[in-house]
Amino acid sequence: MTENQYDVVVVGGGPGGYVAAIRAAQLGQKTVVVEAEHLGGICLNWGCIPTKALLRASEIHHLMTRLEEFGLSAKDLKIDLAKIVERSRSVAGQLAGGVAHLLKKNKIDVVEGRGRLAAPGKLSVSLKDGTSLEISASHIILATGARARDLPGLEADGKLIWSYREAMVPDVLPKSLLVVGSGAIGIEFASFFNELGSDVTVVEVLDRVLPVEDDEISAFARKSFEKQGMTIHTGATVTALKKGRGTVAATVNLGADGEKGLNFDRVIMAVGITGNVENLGLEEAGVQIDRGHVVINQWCETSAPGVYAIGDLAGPPWLAHKASHEGVLCVERIAGVDGVHPLDTTKIPGCTYCAPQVASIGLTEAAAIEAGHTVHIGRFPFLGNGKAIALGEAEGLVKTVFDADTGELLGAHMIGAEVTELIQGYTVARTLECTEEDLVHSVFPHPTLSEMMHESVLDALGRVIHF
Amino acid sequence: MPTTITMPALSPTMTEGTLARWLIKEGDNVSAGDIIAEIETDKATMEVEAVDEGAVGQLLIPEGTEGVPVNQPIAVLLEEGEDASSLDGFLPPQAASPAPAPAGEASPAVQSAPAAPPETASTPVPALAPIPNDAGSGGERIFASPLARRMAEKAGLDLTSIRGTGPRGRIVKADIEAALSGAPVEASVPPAQAAPAPAPVVAAPSPVVATGESQVVPHSNMRKVIARRLLESKQTVPHFYLTVDCEIDRLLAMRKELNERDGTDYKISVNDFVIRAVALALQKNSEANASWSEEGMVRHGSIDVSVAVAIEAGLITPIIRNADHKGLAMISAEMKDLAGRARDGKLMPEEYQGGTFSISNLGMYGIREFSAIINPPQSAILAVGAGEQRPVVKDGALSVATVMSCTLSCDHRVVDGALGAQLLGTFKNLIEDPMTMLL
Repeated sequence: MTENQYDVVVVGGGPGGYVAAIRAAQLGQKTVVVEAEHLGGICLNWGCIPTKALLRASEIHHLMTRLEEFGLSAKDLKIDLAKIVERSRSVAGQLAGGVAHLLKKNKIDVVEGRGRLAAPGKLSVSLKDGTSLEISASHIILATGARARDLPGLEADGKLIWSYREAMVPDVLPKSLLVVGSGAIGIEFASFFNELGSDVTVVEVLDRVLPVEDDEISAFARKSFEKQGMTIHTGATVTALKKGRGTVAATVNLGADGEKGLNFDRVIMAVGITGNVENLGLEEAGVQIDRGHVVINQWCETSAPGVYAIGDLAGPPWLAHKASHEGVLCVERIAGVDGVHPLDTTKIPGCTYCAPQVASIGLTEAAAIEAGHTVHIGRFPFLGNGKAIALGEAEGLVKTVFDADTGELLGAHMIGAEVTELIQGYTVARTLECTEEDLVHSVFPHPTLSEMMHESVLDALGRVIHF
Repeated sequence: MPTTITMPALSPTMTEGTLARWLIKEGDNVSAGDIIAEIETDKATMEVEAVDEGAVGQLLIPEGTEGVPVNQPIAVLLEEGEDASSLDGFLPPQAASPAPAPAGEASPAVQSAPAAPPETASTPVPALAPIPNDAGSGGERIFASPLARRMAEKAGLDLTSIRGTGPRGRIVKADIEAALSGAPVEASVPPAQAAPAPAPVVAAPSPVVATGESQVVPHSNMRKVIARRLLESKQTVPHFYLTVDCEIDRLLAMRKELNERDGTDYKISVNDFVIRAVALALQKNSEANASWSEEGMVRHGSIDVSVAVAIEAGLITPIIRNADHKGLAMISAEMKDLAGRARDGKLMPEEYQGGTFSISNLGMYGIREFSAIINPPQSAILAVGAGEQRPVVKDGALSVATVMSCTLSCDHRVVDGALGAQLLGTFKNLIEDPMTMLL
């Protein structure tokens, strides 16, 4: 079967896999993508993109409820959930089609089926028609992604207890909703349904919501969510979910406050994700796995020669842009491109699209102190920014963490309107190794929200102007 | 109009040199061909001749200045009728301080050396040549991140001594941290590819834990070249090693007989036999007389054997060119001449640059066997141990023979195991039956 001989085969066509494939093709590698379900992966089809479409609807809804503030009025604001979902699906569909086009444009073959490591340099693909196909490639890149983690006894059933998948295409707007887990996925759904009128309760096992964020941001977010009507239990666990007729009886352990029984129309389980490591022939091939994820080195090489893993499959942070970046560096390393550098996870920004939005990069204040830094902290509230007030978005905070000695921007943490679009400024600064001085010397346009990024740095130096 | 004399590029690898000595002084009249200065380069001390005639108007670089970049003005000649006042306004400000040395231009000799692939083509010189301290602010720009600059300043590190691993050689935080810890940064070295190797990160005075008082001795140019090239070799050339024992009793007997003949003016050494045997073995296994390049395998048109010679400042590898066409007496005489001039630092660049195969012999130090580092872009080096009496088993009986162990280091991109073994086998046969070297 010499016609199935490739330089690179990528298993999985998500944001890690398809980007890796395109970069490989650009570098002259004969490349094929093996995809079991849909090009674009979870990100485009069931994750990042369709949820942004949903959240846009809830954002507009929120503005509509505030029309009077702006001297406007409208009558009969209605929510058509089916239409909201339909729009979200069509956005996803449009982008997935775009990926197929990009692969074709780069002369990358696409095989629909499930890949499995068969022998060194060989991948066996089970095709949809039941037959199988063998592909030979010098380099096999695994990019099969991850799926929602189940908790024993609390498994999603897709009817009353939803995973992200059902939550994204809701058939009803639940009157009451329990969201288990307050990471990015849980909080985005909580925010969406809360805005559209559901009575939302969030249960988080750790002591704060959005636990990967800076303490101060978590606290700010919690206050804001509670103001919007959410009920939040931190340091709490759901110990049992009992399905009834159209409702679920949940037992919530509130720690010191004991156990409490609560009823909900629907439950969303968002307690983390686990890598899709099954049925890939990993063990037979000698690929090491640790707690649901493939173990890789800084070049995305697994313990089996010629086998690589990127993205969610290879562990946190579970972010599409991390997967894409790994795909590129993995392929460039394979092709012998000069100057490839390993990925530094402290230079990867993270964004959560709840209301208010949250975005961050680098070390939190606590992590910086724990790492031995003497820190200078800068803070600037949205309240001091002209553009934020004009927009009617005066709720938010920009926090910066600098090493007092070297002036290194160790981290930046933001909450408020449009911060997900602002964080890249700090990302560039951190990647280029700017010091606070260089940021101070940069001119930020007026009037913009970005001015707060400047002021936060000035504040770290005790030189804030507008607050 | 006054004319400037610039730092000449005396060898393909030369990017800077030490102006060791002026042989002229201001006011002297010079004519074309006069020796005006001595320059110490990577590997030798060379004389610089004047190209034009005129009176020496000004010496721009003091004697003993290290790291003078190629093409930097070093002196100004006045034409007839001009005096020192002609210099006013002639020297642009940057003429008095080092201009950036265009790294690629320093190698005019390279294009005309077909036997050896251009060294500079595969080993770009580090962009950050040290700048003399008196260079002022007109020196070449150092690319470093703001954070790296701040960290270097705090730690008292000299950025010119640090090689950047960031985009386009930019010095980044990791490079400073590496310099402080004394370890080189792990830079990207794509597998099985001759990428520019990271040069060692030269740590400037950084805290070193030692009981006695430590001292930083500035590197000689030769030390820098040895460090850069051998590090590059070990990091980018996939070495493998083959060792063989050669019985040399017959060779020793033949050598004795040759050297004791009446009226001879030669004294052939064991090493001369090794050079000839290597040359003949390469002739027979010509695929091994080659170098790796990205474009394709460079098959060399001649067999030029480099022989490592230890000298006070380090080592140098003078070359016996077309060694397969030379007899033992000729090899011996050439080697004696080259080694002598190598020790005096008087070799010309073409006498030690190029070469298609190297020999390193530590037998005289009693070393039994060792493995040597390949000298890129060559693809193999033979490490020769001492000839010593060892018990050997022959036809089931124990006997004594003089045995010399030789280890061949091969670049696997060029020489596969079988080819290396054949080459070494041919060599062994020639050494053990030296009469065949006459054939």
